[in-house]
Amino acid sequence: MKLSATKQLLELYKEQQALEDYQSGVPRWCTGCGDNAILAAIQRLCRDEGLRPEKTVFVSGIGCSSRFPHYMKTYGFHGIHGRAFPVAEGVKMARPDLTVFVNTGDGDCCSIGAAHWVHAIRYNMNMTVFLHDNQIYGLTKKQASPTSPIGTKSNTTPRGSYLDGLNPLTVTLGVVNASFVAQAVDWIPETLFEIVKAAYHHKGFSFVRIVQRCPEWLPKSLDPWLQDPERIQLVHHADGLQLSPGLSRVYKNQIEHNPRDIHRAREIASNQEAIPVGILYRNPEIPCYEDTRHAGALRTVDAIRRNFDAELDKYTV
Amino acid sequence: MTTKKSAKKAGGMSCTTLQEHIVEIISDSGEGAQRCGQTLGSIAARMGNGIWTTEIIPAEIRPPARSVAGASGNRIRIGSEYITNGGDETDLVVAFNEQVLLGRVNARELKPGCIILLENMWRTHADPGIAKSYTEAYERLVKAGYKVHEIPMEEECLKITSNARRGKNMFALGLLCHIYSFDLQAAREQIALTFGKKDRSVIDANIVLLEAGHKWAVENIDFSFRIPATPSDKKLISMNGNTSLALGVMASGMEICAMYPITPATSASHYLSEAFERVGGIVHQAEDEISACAFAIGASYASKCTVTITSGPGYSLKQEAIGLAVMAEIPLVVVNVQRGGPSTGQPTKVEQGDMLTAIYGSHGDAPKVVMAPATIEDCFYSMITARRIAETFNTVVVVLSDASLSSSQQPFPRPEFNEAWLAPPYDQNPVPEGAKPYDWDPVTGIARRFIPGQPGGMHTVTGLAHDRQSHVAYDPDINQEGLRMRSLKLAALQKTLLPPEVFGAPKGDLLVVGWGSTKGAIEEAVAGLQAEGKKVSSIHLRFLQPMQPGIKEILQRFKKVMTIETNWSDSPDDELINEDSRRYSALATLLRSRYLIDVDCWTEVRGQPVKPRTIRRVLLAKLEK
Repeated sequence: MKLSATKQLLELYKEQQALEDYQSGVPRWCTGCGDNAILAAIQRLCRDEGLRPEKTVFVSGIGCSSRFPHYMKTYGFHGIHGRAFPVAEGVKMARPDLTVFVNTGDGDCCSIGAAHWVHAIRYNMNMTVFLHDNQIYGLTKKQASPTSPIGTKSNTTPRGSYLDGLNPLTVTLGVVNASFVAQAVDWIPETLFEIVKAAYHHKGFSFVRIVQRCPEWLPKSLDPWLQDPERIQLVHHADGLQLSPGLSRVYKNQIEHNPRDIHRAREIASNQEAIPVGILYRNPEIPCYEDTRHAGALRTVDAIRRNFDAELDKYTV
Repeated sequence: MTTKKSAKKAGGMSCTTLQEHIVEIISDSGEGAQRCGQTLGSIAARMGNGIWTTEIIPAEIRPPARSVAGASGNRIRIGSEYITNGGDETDLVVAFNEQVLLGRVNARELKPGCIILLENMWRTHADPGIAKSYTEAYERLVKAGYKVHEIPMEEECLKITSNARRGKNMFALGLLCHIYSFDLQAAREQIALTFGKKDRSVIDANIVLLEAGHKWAVENIDFSFRIPATPSDKKLISMNGNTSLALGVMASGMEICAMYPITPATSASHYLSEAFERVGGIVHQAEDEISACAFAIGASYASKCTVTITSGPGYSLKQEAIGLAVMAEIPLVVVNVQRGGPSTGQPTKVEQGDMLTAIYGSHGDAPKVVMAPATIEDCFYSMITARRIAETFNTVVVVLSDASLSSSQQPFPRPEFNEAWLAPPYDQNPVPEGAKPYDWDPVTGIARRFIPGQPGGMHTVTGLAHDRQSHVAYDPDINQEGLRMRSLKLAALQKTLLPPEVFGAPKGDLLVVGWGSTKGAIEEAVAGLQAEGKKVSSIHLRFLQPMQPGIKEILQRFKKVMTIETNWSDSPDDELINEDSRRYSALATLLRSRYLIDVDCWTEVRGQPVKPRTIRRVLLAKLEK
């Protein structure tokens, strides 16, 4: 097929990125850890979208998940426990031109950083958030996390955890300005990638909870879901996740759901029996905090001088 | 204070010339005494007088009316010369009710024989309890020797306005303008400026009340004062330390301020919220103190240096994030407007209790720069200096203001805007081939940071120990090197500092060392003693970490050295306290450990700015010891 001359020229100068352009070092996660699958999906996203490595920032907190930025050949910010959101918000506010991703875990996001999580949803800044939810503290060696199911045996709950696990989806969907909420599981790479991609393309705070395995501390906890395809509920829609024939054959528990319907999204998110996988909610019309705040004056030397002098006039005696 | 009877006008009216006077206006919250006081201060400044105004703030937003703890208002020290601090006790007070006045009497804030102008509407109040408490208080005050003048403020105001509660403050201002022989036209102009944002009718209504108060005073008050002014040849501006600091943020070229509401820091952010956005700045009110600090760090990491403004409890909450900025070498300015501590402490009161927390705060070795503005003017310039140091050394700069600076007003020379104050644009050029994100200079420890957007500079900053490539490192040598490099930066900064100036003779019997808002009071007391031939000098430290060079040499030239601070230190007079157990004040601890000199200290934590008279007493005792 022939291309027009202009198009050929554009193709010539189009930078082709390879997966290697985004890979940095060998991940130190355990064999079989769901983080590896998430890394693969995100590196593929970066390549497919041609993201410029120098204009991309991965921000994380502390925990296994938060080692993520070290394995990306982009800019990265591996901060402190629970504070990935405010750091990412500062980056985005100062530099709306940068593409910002956040990698956080169930302890980081839903426990120590829970206050920031709630407000990050409300700010709705344009960033893509991956909650690596393995339902256990990994880096500190097996303590119950807020998303651990009740009865989870851990080093701090040797007789089983006492409280029901928190549901990150219903929490997120309950906060004002929630604009994109999706769920994936690490063991279905095809949907993981599609969901990551949809999250990246949404303008606003795109929240993806990824249910992931922890082969080290909870090796069997997800087996009932892994072994029974009926316990994965594929949530599909023409405006949401679309199912390939292969996927449809294996996972027969499917529902159609319009991601604009927040009430139904909350209902689906509450499903305890099966893990819903797909895009639960998407509302592109909610304004981003950084856009709202950047409506001010230009930062020119003259503007600063003028305003400064005008202010001093008010205080002159 | 020297007074001199200069003239006796017709009708038994006497006008006394004074060097200085301290006047305060107090009321229940919401009756406008604050505004009356601030306006009076500004009028005095317009007349060319030196002024220092201090806010009198109750701890609660709406304390019960007519309560001893509810005094709200302003104290203005007016002088012929430049005034550097709030001074001693009050000479003249205008009180809208007797209860708030009793609060001030109980706090020993009024000078013996102080003139009191007291609203007299309570004497005939319908509630016999109120009338009784008024009469009793009146008699108690007269008996104690105060010169009490009962003023029918309410009655006079009601002739003009239906709501005297909203106008009494301007009537009182009129009284004071007559008493202090201020030009009524200057007062009118100042009111127009104060209410500038409002409708012209509001300004006019206030001017009518002002004039009524003035007229009443002319007809009924048989004394007045004149405090000769020596107008400055420089253009002056007058504001409080928080406004000054906020203007400094604007002038420094910083573009983002992330904060969480806390007293007494918040008014700086109020001002920025109003004025900052007009120059493209952003005030982000975060969900908590930790978030405000982390947000500022994220913004600094990706562009220019950012500021977060807080007070004691908020400063404690930020510690982990501050450590991250130190570790990752991200420029950051943290303002701590200190208040009384520990815990919630005294939110509206002054204390210098956070110095050691500022220096040593955050776990591990987290070297950061700590500055302490000593005047309201310093508050302005400290922001420009702090931003520049933070960006030059890629580190955290803590600026310790306090509740005295934040709420006091003092005129200072109007700054001339300088383009060089502004932060340069952040670098977006490609990083040279092979350059490392932490390529520490072996002598200074300084490395040039890479900012997102710079091609070739991709790396992940981390709070974990890291090597020059910013790779997480567990090698013992690398950790040793990292700590060494971050520490060396302070030494490098120290080389650029000048020794502190000695106030007074370069050697003598006693050297007083201070820091922060106590400068004016210390120097006033020291100057008084010097005038009496005492060999006392003082130095005032503006950098607490690193410390300026030459301090040891100065300390060694005096027989005795002591600090004066408003933080805690044990008193050697307490039975259990001896050299083994005594906890010294913050600065004394620091000076003793650094210079191996026997530095004594005197401190108080009464929540009030320390008075020159108190310092004088302490220094005299120290000289005699």
